[in-house]
Amino acid sequence: MIELANIRKAFNQGRHNEYWALHGIDLSVEAGKVTAFRGPSGSGKTTLLTIVGCLSRPTEGRVRFKGEDISGLPERFLTDIRRQSFGFVFQQFNLIKGLSAVDNIILPGMPTGRSRRNLVERADELLDQLKLGHRSRARVEWLSGGEQQRVAIARALINDPQVIIADEPTANLDTALSREFLAILEGFTAAGKTVLLTSHDPLVVESSAVHRVIGMRDGRLTAD
Amino acid sequence: MRPWLEKQLHLIDFTLASLARRKTKNVGLLLAYTLIVFVLASLSLFTHALRSEASYVLAGSPEVILQRMVAGRHDLIPPGYLDKIGRIRGVQKKEGRLWGYYYDPVVNANYTFMARPASEVADGTIMVGSALARERGLAPNNTISFRSYAGKLFGFTVAAVLSPDSELLSADLVLLSESDFRRFFEYPEGHYTDIALSVANPQEVRTVAAKLSAALPDSRPILREEVLRTYQSLFDWREGIVLTVLAGAILAFAILAWEKASGLSAEERREIGILKAIGWETGDVIRMKVWEGLVISLTAFLLGGIAAYVHVFHFGAAVFAPVLKGWSVLYPRFTLVPAVDGLQIATLFFFTVVPYTAAVLVPIWRAAITDPDAVMRA
Amino acid sequence: MRPSALVLALLAGLALAFAFIFGHFSGSTATDAERLAANRALVEHYGLTDLALFTEARYTRHPSQADLHSAFQDHPAALEHFPTGSLVSPRSLPLFRDAPLAGKTTSPD
Repeated sequence: MIELANIRKAFNQGRHNEYWALHGIDLSVEAGKVTAFRGPSGSGKTTLLTIVGCLSRPTEGRVRFKGEDISGLPERFLTDIRRQSFGFVFQQFNLIKGLSAVDNIILPGMPTGRSRRNLVERADELLDQLKLGHRSRARVEWLSGGEQQRVAIARALINDPQVIIADEPTANLDTALSREFLAILEGFTAAGKTVLLTSHDPLVVESSAVHRVIGMRDGRLTAD
Repeated sequence: MRPWLEKQLHLIDFTLASLARRKTKNVGLLLAYTLIVFVLASLSLFTHALRSEASYVLAGSPEVILQRMVAGRHDLIPPGYLDKIGRIRGVQKKEGRLWGYYYDPVVNANYTFMARPASEVADGTIMVGSALARERGLAPNNTISFRSYAGKLFGFTVAAVLSPDSELLSADLVLLSESDFRRFFEYPEGHYTDIALSVANPQEVRTVAAKLSAALPDSRPILREEVLRTYQSLFDWREGIVLTVLAGAILAFAILAWEKASGLSAEERREIGILKAIGWETGDVIRMKVWEGLVISLTAFLLGGIAAYVHVFHFGAAVFAPVLKGWSVLYPRFTLVPAVDGLQIATLFFFTVVPYTAAVLVPIWRAAITDPDAVMRA
Repeated sequence: MRPSALVLALLAGLALAFAFIFGHFSGSTATDAERLAANRALVEHYGLTDLALFTEARYTRHPSQADLHSAFQDHPAALEHFPTGSLVSPRSLPLFRDAPLAGKTTSPD
């Protein structure tokens, strides 16, 4: 599904504070599986996810998505691919305050030009599946942490992407809510979605919902 | 077409939700903006309408007025002067006019006294402008007395009050017979204030005037053309009120723009980052902000414009009246004939909607081109 | 109704009102034309030369008839005494008389 070849990423390239976050990553991600990256902070997990999710470009190396080299595509096309194929769940949830749960969820669908009714129907469906249907019109800042995360998950799913990317999804959740998240993760696998996540939460990386765990340290893969 | 439209509607929905979140601030901003447009539009409509009314009405004024100058001042036309003009080709009619100013200490107002032939205004009677009549509480058949500059008291009967519709021209007029005029001002017999000439062919007016100033070097001809030009340049942009209003408006716009340019809060930046990360293009973010700018500036423009129209043409530009009135006591009540031209509205539109929308866009441009992975790195 | 549709409808309504007010009411109605014609006749009849907008001083009551120096009669640098002085420009320069003399005289103007 996704193949990375010799990915290297530098920040502030050419300046005195140049910093290499990734040093040559070769990786192939299987479709329909949950892959977790584990490693201490600063190991390059998040940077790797941003490259896989087309949020940023590698400084060197190639990214192939569904057999197609996407590393050289201009921003518009990259945005198109990201919007259609990837859903993001961020560590801080990154919801927009002042908007209702539904209005947050439909945001990624707006640039596609789908009708509002269509988007809202889908958002309600997703919220029902995530057992949050009763809070669909509540403003997001009135929701609890776990509820906010479910809104963020629903937002990631609105464009029906094949790949879900989650950065430290359980970092802001307690044990019970983390378990709920794992149940949702199993639901993704059942729906045939590919999931990439970063975590150093043992509850997640040791769970049976995760198919493959990849260790990372200092911008390199360690062991599976 | 359909998805495009739907997308724009989504963008407007989003931008409205953002505006609604800072409701007080944005409503205040809209009001301030509307007020600026209102003042600018009122000024523009008022001056334009006044100018076009003046140029229409004053097109009936005498073709040439001849004044005599002494030491740079307007002086009386001595006896015989009229004859000295002799026969100039093209001059249809020449007549000496008598008019002057009178200060009325009762209401501290200045009046314009003008002599008319006895056939029009009988001795002992006057016709007055309606602003004057209002100020002094006069009606036809009332009597009024004025103390002349020589200290003598003169009583007059008001024969008629001039139509209130003509107040813009006749507010302070007092029309009296020639003999009354001469007695009242002790105006020497045979002298006139100035000379009005009518010239049949408008092409010859300049030639006539040139001949006049050659024949009478101490005279100064004033052409109707110059009168009209004087009123065309009334409320020129450099003049007091206009400059003041313009300066105020420009400053207000600068504040608005500054607020917009520097006011992109951390919260807004974060939101733009989120939108970009979840699949909005730079262009979508900018389009969304263009809609914000357009919604606010168009609303302000339309509301301000309509309010200005009502203000100028239905309420007689009441906001400007105290300024126009200055120190004068008599102020005409008038409603202007609505005269609006497209260029005027286009100019107003260009100077109000465009800068604001641009001011909204500049800071957003910088925020919108940030990398979409910024939210994940933060 | 969604907010965008509402606001667009509102804007369209305002734009229509604007166009209607400015388009329909502009230009003179029959009564306006009558009044304008009557005023023009008045101007012709009495030989009026100026609007009676500012009545506080000679040169503001009859800007077109004022002598060129009247605004400065006290002192060339005297501050304007009347507020309307800032509204009315000095009457436009005469077309003749001084014009042909400019630069052609041997004595100082």
